[in-house]
Order: sequence, then structure tokens, then C-alpha cells
Amino acid sequence: MAVPRFWRNIPNRYNLVGSKCDNCNTFYFPPRIVCPPCRRKGAIREYEFEGSGEIVSYTTIYSAPENFTKMTPYVLAIVQLDEGPKLTTQIVCDPSDVKIGARVKSVFRKLGEDGQDGVIYYGTKFMLA
Amino acid sequence: MREVAIVGIGCTKFGEMWNKSFRDLFIEAGLMALRDAEVSGAQIEALYGGNMSAGMFLEQEHIGALIADFSGLTSNNIPSTRVEAACASGGLALRSGIIAVASGYHDVVISAGIEKMTDVGAEKAMDALASAADREWEAEVGATFPGLYAMMARAHMHELGTTREQIAQVAVKNHYHGSMNPRAQFRNKITIDTVINSPLVADPLRLFDCSPITDGAAAVVLVPAERAKEFTDTPIYVKAATQASDTISLHDRRSLTSIDATIIAADRAFKMARLQRSQINVAEVHDCFTIAEIMAIEDLGFFEKGAGGPATLAGETAIGGKIPINTSGGLKACGHPVGATGIKQAVEIVEQLRGDAGKRQVDGAEVGLTHNVGGTGGTVVVHILAR
Repeated sequence: MAVPRFWRNIPNRYNLVGSKCDNCNTFYFPPRIVCPPCRRKGAIREYEFEGSGEIVSYTTIYSAPENFTKMTPYVLAIVQLDEGPKLTTQIVCDPSDVKIGARVKSVFRKLGEDGQDGVIYYGTKFMLA
Repeated sequence: MREVAIVGIGCTKFGEMWNKSFRDLFIEAGLMALRDAEVSGAQIEALYGGNMSAGMFLEQEHIGALIADFSGLTSNNIPSTRVEAACASGGLALRSGIIAVASGYHDVVISAGIEKMTDVGAEKAMDALASAADREWEAEVGATFPGLYAMMARAHMHELGTTREQIAQVAVKNHYHGSMNPRAQFRNKITIDTVINSPLVADPLRLFDCSPITDGAAAVVLVPAERAKEFTDTPIYVKAATQASDTISLHDRRSLTSIDATIIAADRAFKMARLQRSQINVAEVHDCFTIAEIMAIEDLGFFEKGAGGPATLAGETAIGGKIPINTSGGLKACGHPVGATGIKQAVEIVEQLRGDAGKRQVDGAEVGLTHNVGGTGGTVVVHILAR
């Protein structure tokens, strides 16, 4: 990924900054400029999530593209944040410990790197709470 | 709006075609379709080519011009358009061609699909396929396509009681169908044990739950129904061509156990065709992973939610069963050259409705359906075809 493309998302990746629509009180992560139900009637503003949630579904990845091969096997999950939105994330845990409904908490971790000499990506993963 | 007919079909062999280029493949499929319809190049008025990612697989864009050029159609300067919706690119090319004929803009149109995936290694191919997901918020955090479908499989098993054996039976059945299809990438029969003892890719999905990386191309010739008999004695009529979109990310969907865009595209299609689910005799559905076929046969309305797994294990979706699904071998055994799949599905249904499907013929098939999914369900295209 090009460096500017990653840098643009640093607030969102490092601090789980998404959006809230004050018109319909819906939370969004990643951020949205347009609230889908309200569209032009929406009132979108920045919102920093607490970082707590629950596992909706999960898998352990054994076969991954180049940037992630060094980390396999790793646990990938869809987490529903307490404010409502769901996101895809890695869970830092042993694959045998993860289950649907488990409570999780966000943590700051290395996500990957662009080959040996490339940029190292940091961002949010989750741990079992 | 005019009724549209398919009067010619062509499809290459699917597989790892190391001795054939992107150009070789689409020209082979295109010429087969033209010969089938007895159409000359001079009669073709427009071309739509479904292709997901020549950019990432071949570092080649501007596919519309490339196809027209090497098919010898630049001498007529016809409009040639590449359409893209990830793994639904072929279905979208078909629908685009149908709309062009139905509207009256063109009379003789080619809709084709093409993907050449084996010019890059498996890891690069996985990365190209991951571009069908949300790159920034799924792929870049470590999601793979098998991983996303694995989370659907996990949810389906957890909420609806679908079992590992039921899911595996999709691959067993599709390899059995593929064994009778000369075009199929895999023609070997397998057992449930083959699937559940194969290496883990993304738990609970294993290697034999996944469709392969494939090269291939397919093409159809579309004309207005009132002109169909000029080209063939056995035209197949388009009764519905529908499409629905949903969120690109799996995590933003209403449900992990259904693909809503399938439900909506199917509802629109049955309404447009004025047909009932029970009138479909054969269907090609998007089994990019085994679990995807179980969700598809439920979301299309052939089985109740949660009944797809038991029906599969009971043989209701095999040739000779209640509704034969993926007689071509599906994406699993016939292969999945992503941009070509949606057109290959139509080719298979046309062969079935013409009665030309050989050993895999569904007796008396009169109405068939195709279901083509882009990504994890961000795009779904459904077609209903009839004799």
C-alpha cells in the first residue's frame, strides 16, 4: 500500500475513530461521509469508539497473501463494537481460546509490512477481555 | 423492451492453461460461440467482456479494446466494453449485453467472460482476489476470501446447525458432476473424507472446500427473440436478468448466514420472469466455497433457511435429485476463472435446455437459473433462461 494511503487512515487505524450520525444516532466504523439511511439529511461527525465488543464469528487463517504469511496461523474475527458497528480484525489469542460471543478489547499492534524494506503498518487488533 | 435470445455459446476448457494466453482463451471461446450461432464477424454490433482483474493478474488494462482488436473486430470499430464486478463480472457482462439488445440499441451482441489467473503465483493471485473485498478494512487487516467465507460457514453452523459433512457434500457432489464435464478442471470423484482430511485453509474451510485458481473464457451470442430463428433452431430465451448490490464488506451486512443481494436479485428475477421457484429444473449457483452453495440454494428460495445442508447430504441437489445444482461441476470442480464464471454458467444452462449436456443432462429441463456473486455478496446477478 502506498504510504499516503495508509497515513490518511492513521486516526482511524490507531484510535478506532469512526463516525456517528446525529440525525439517526447510528455509529459507523470505518468512517462514512454519507449516512446510508439518512443520506443528505444525515449529520455525520467524528466519533472515537471505546474499543470494547463481542465476537460475532471467527476463523483461523492458515493460508495468507504475502504480507501476512509470517503471521500464520492467526485468528480473524468479525467483532461487534458496543456502540453497534461491526468490523473485521485479528484477535491476538491462541486459536483454541476464541469463541462466538467472547468479549474483546482493542489493542495497538503491528498489522504487517510491505516486504523487507517497506513501511511497517500498525493498527488495531483485539484481545480476549 | 424486446425479448432477448441466446443463439450461440462457446467455452474453453477450464484449468491451468500454461500454454495459452489471455488472448488465446477469449478468441477460442468467441470463435466457438460465433460458429455455434453461424454469425459472421461483420454482423456483430457490440461486445461486452467480463473480466475481474487483468490489471493484477497480467498488468493489462483496456481489455475492451484488446478483445475487439485481437478478435479482428476493430475493422468494424464496434463498441467493446469491459465490465467488472469482481467474481460477478461475467454475469454482469451477460446482463449488459441483454440490456443492449432488449433496449433496441443493438441486434447482435457478444457477451464474454475471461480470466487468466495462472500467470502469477498463488500468493499474488490470492492478493488479487482479496481486492474484491474492502482493501482498507478487510484485506489490509488480514482477511482472505476463504477467511471471509469461513466466518459465514462458522455462523451458519452455529446458528442453523449445518454440519461439516453437509458442507463437504457440496464438493463431493460437484466433483461427481465435474467428472461428467469434458470442460471441467477437476474430473476426479472425491468423498467426504477427502474434504474433511484436506489441509486447513481458513478454519472450518479446507482445501477441498475452495474453488481453484483457473484460466478460461466463455462467450454467448445474443439477439432479439424475433430474429433468433435466423441463427439457430434451438434459441434459449432470457426470461429475467437482474442484479442487486449490498455493502462491499461482509461485516456491514445484516446477516452472516444469508447473502441479501441474492435474496433480492432472485425475488426481482422471479417477478420479472413470472415464474415460481418450483418451475426451475436446473441451476448454476456461485459455489466459490462449499458453504456458498448451501447459502445460495437457501437464499434463492429452493430450500428453507437451514435446510440447504440436509438437502445436499440427501442428494436433492445432485443430477436426478429434486433440483440439480451445478451440473457443470460448479466453481469447485469445473473451475473458477473469476471473470468467465458468470458466462460459463449461462453456457451450461443453455446446453441443458437444448438437451446437449451429454452424461450430465437433466431430463426434460425447460427452465434454468444462473446465480453469480461478486466478492462476499456486494454484487449478485441472477438470470432465468427458458427453452
